[in-house]
Amino acid sequence: MKAIEAFETPQPSKVNYINAQYGLKSWLLTKDHKRIALLYLGSITFFFFIGGLYAMMIRLELLTPQGDLFHSTTYNKVFTQHGIIMVFFFLIPSIPATLGNFLVPMMIGAKDLAFPRINLLSWYIYLAGGLITIYALLAGGVDTGWTFYTPFSTTFSNSYVVAAGLGIFVNGFSSILTGLNFIVTIHTMRAPGMTWFRLPLFIWSHYATSLVMILGTPVIAITVLLLAFERVSRVGIFDPTLGGDPILFQHLFWFYSHPAVYIMILPSMGVVSELIANFSRKNIFGYKFVAFSSLAIAVFGFLVWGHHLFVTSQSVYAGMIFSFLSFAVAIPSAVKVFNWTATLYRSSISYDTPMLYALGFIGLFTIGGMTGLFLAALAVDVHLSDTYFVVAHFHYIMVGGALMGYLGGLHYWWPKISGRMYPEGWGRFSALVIFVGFNLTFLPQFVAGFMGMPRRYHAYPPEFQVFNVLSSAGASILGFGMLIPAIYFVWSMRYGKHAEANPWHLPGLEWRTQSPPLTENFETTPIVTWEAYEFAPPEETEIVGKFAGELV
Amino acid sequence: MQSWVPFVPESASTMSWKVDAVYFYLSGVTLFFTLLISAVLIFFVLRYRRRTPYEIPRPVAGSHKLETLWSVIPFIISMTIFGWSAKVYFEQYNPPKNAMEVYVVGKQWMWKIQHSTGQREINELHVPVGRKVKLIMTTEDVIHDFFVPAFRMKADVVPGKYTTQWFEATKTGRYHLFCAEYCGMNHSGMIGSVIVMESREFDNWLSGNAGNTTPAVAGQQLFQTLGCVSCHGANGEGGRGPTLTGLFGRQTQLTDGQSIRAEEPYIRESILNPQAKLVVGFGPIMPTFQGQISEDQLVQLLAFIKSLQIANPQPATPASPPVSRPQPQPSAAASPK
Repeated sequence: MKAIEAFETPQPSKVNYINAQYGLKSWLLTKDHKRIALLYLGSITFFFFIGGLYAMMIRLELLTPQGDLFHSTTYNKVFTQHGIIMVFFFLIPSIPATLGNFLVPMMIGAKDLAFPRINLLSWYIYLAGGLITIYALLAGGVDTGWTFYTPFSTTFSNSYVVAAGLGIFVNGFSSILTGLNFIVTIHTMRAPGMTWFRLPLFIWSHYATSLVMILGTPVIAITVLLLAFERVSRVGIFDPTLGGDPILFQHLFWFYSHPAVYIMILPSMGVVSELIANFSRKNIFGYKFVAFSSLAIAVFGFLVWGHHLFVTSQSVYAGMIFSFLSFAVAIPSAVKVFNWTATLYRSSISYDTPMLYALGFIGLFTIGGMTGLFLAALAVDVHLSDTYFVVAHFHYIMVGGALMGYLGGLHYWWPKISGRMYPEGWGRFSALVIFVGFNLTFLPQFVAGFMGMPRRYHAYPPEFQVFNVLSSAGASILGFGMLIPAIYFVWSMRYGKHAEANPWHLPGLEWRTQSPPLTENFETTPIVTWEAYEFAPPEETEIVGKFAGELV
Repeated sequence: MQSWVPFVPESASTMSWKVDAVYFYLSGVTLFFTLLISAVLIFFVLRYRRRTPYEIPRPVAGSHKLETLWSVIPFIISMTIFGWSAKVYFEQYNPPKNAMEVYVVGKQWMWKIQHSTGQREINELHVPVGRKVKLIMTTEDVIHDFFVPAFRMKADVVPGKYTTQWFEATKTGRYHLFCAEYCGMNHSGMIGSVIVMESREFDNWLSGNAGNTTPAVAGQQLFQTLGCVSCHGANGEGGRGPTLTGLFGRQTQLTDGQSIRAEEPYIRESILNPQAKLVVGFGPIMPTFQGQISEDQLVQLLAFIKSLQIANPQPATPASPPVSRPQPQPSAAASPK
């Protein structure tokens, strides 16, 4: 009880980063990482709702087996644009650019990121990429699928492929700059006493994510550039009639786009580690194991791209190696799930909204991971690849995983970000609605996929209708669930209860300063003398020898 | 299209149950662990819920023993899945030697099919039950994918090369054929049926659709009209160009010291890009036929060249010198380069 009270920090001043300066210019030219995080928050939310609108259009069309709502050309553009917007303009920047930007300096006790101007630049680059992509959508749209497979994209498609590609190319640089900024900041700007193994796991996962961003993103930039080059100047790279190799494109594309999945999921795992530890008031079980598993996932993630090519005529021996490595990369993820679960043992669990999202994440991510094993298993993938099973699997990872973590984190840090509390009752209600809606949307798609329904179909044989009706019903619940937080977050900025400096009574550095924080984050540079998630004095630590001995 | 087990698609090939066996094993393993994790999670969440607002649980140190345990056990289990599924995958993509061959050409947005006996079909494939069928596939435009869910088989159809897949149907009936690789506007309309018939019915069907020239005969006519005869000889006996008789399936020595087994990818490449791999003793004199013949015509030329077998094949003494470097077994996945 003593420990909790010691975390309390009085609200010292009425000045904070939000009201320190006024006017549009003070936002558009800000170098404050917290304000940039809010700029990102606004822009990714905008893209999220555009992507969500496309998702609703897809589900509406698929309600009936006939392609009766849109022409197939329109439908193809709708699912393509859903993918491009959600992957490149929402999921990839989601947690790192908002929560990461806001919290990386605060959690390590720094005043800002290492390169504040580059941080602002990264937002402008993101905006430029986004505007180019919006131009592509308004000019006529893209119909290649977010995967841009050649030679369809380079030779046969009559849509705005180059413009959309340029948007992705430009946007990539914002990822690279964010990653660079995080790595330098984490290396050089930790407060005195904040050793590597005292870092919150959120920081470890952002460090691993940043590595993937820096090493992977240039490859997608090069790939998109080559694609545009072939499309515009007819130089043979991918199109076999020009002497190219269409499968080469898939290798290059997935060399980035598979690790990109880890750009989406690793930060979310970092958020969940924070939520699990803090809302059960317990140190993470096997901190080092969880920290290193993030790095392991980042490294192994680069070696498994070939599992997207099991049916493309890739050599069967290459297929075997990629299958083996894909099973190997599943292990660090499994370890995380087990360690989070073990953390809850003899803990003190609250049922606040962020914790509900964290528990939802563990459940959904487990299903996403388990169904990933089906697709890593060669023979089974031959049947399942390019069916709705794949669609369901990656939505469990990206929505059930990445998005749940993002929403959980947003609720958790909202008092710090806005200085206001969100309405807890509505929070729990919407978490429940989203969980139910999500499962109803995507569970039936596993079955539809195993039954043989191919993805990206505008019309489908009537025997698949039952699964699609369930899925569309779930999507409407999910969409409704998403609107609730959007409304109450905005509402709370004006009408929410004022948040204390440390409303959850937690030991982390970001809670040891006022809410919302000062522009400089801390009045004086903190000196860290405690371990991560240290709720009780370390001498009370229980060695699980007995507990472990019973099991082993 | 449903089998007697709910939520399991109909099984109609020798491969179906092999794939399903792995699928059910995976389902069992993953369901068990998902339920186990969920049960433990729910138990902990209920059992250790916060009872008083200021309670602080005792911290717990991690346990390397436990962590090792729950890394090693999943790894071992996943390796059993890996090994089993890899074994079946090899069978899926290694067509048996004695299979009946059917040519498939994909095109936005239809499947063109030609039997080696000459019958042509569009968006339908008639096959006899209980016979191994090998599909030799290519496309005129973008990547497609020939997917028959009831056979648990699927393979991309890639422009610029031949891919293969095979099946042996075990049940008569009409089964869905889907294009499973997004191919543009009417992708979802690029569907059709595989019709599996009793052998006798199939023979009737074949004779009912007779009258077409076989691909080999059509290929022979092309061989004349395209002028191949002037260098390769009227019956492929050779001349200024290499001998084609008995070429198919044999190791061929190339000028760069390599040797290659003369199968679909190599013959295709030699027609479209003759300078890529030159046979020992011959100069780079052949013109390219890239852009001048269609995929259908290529398939016919291929069928003709395949038909040029020596009456008394002597596989042990090929025309070229003995091969020092044996090539790996060709498979569906062998790339032409």
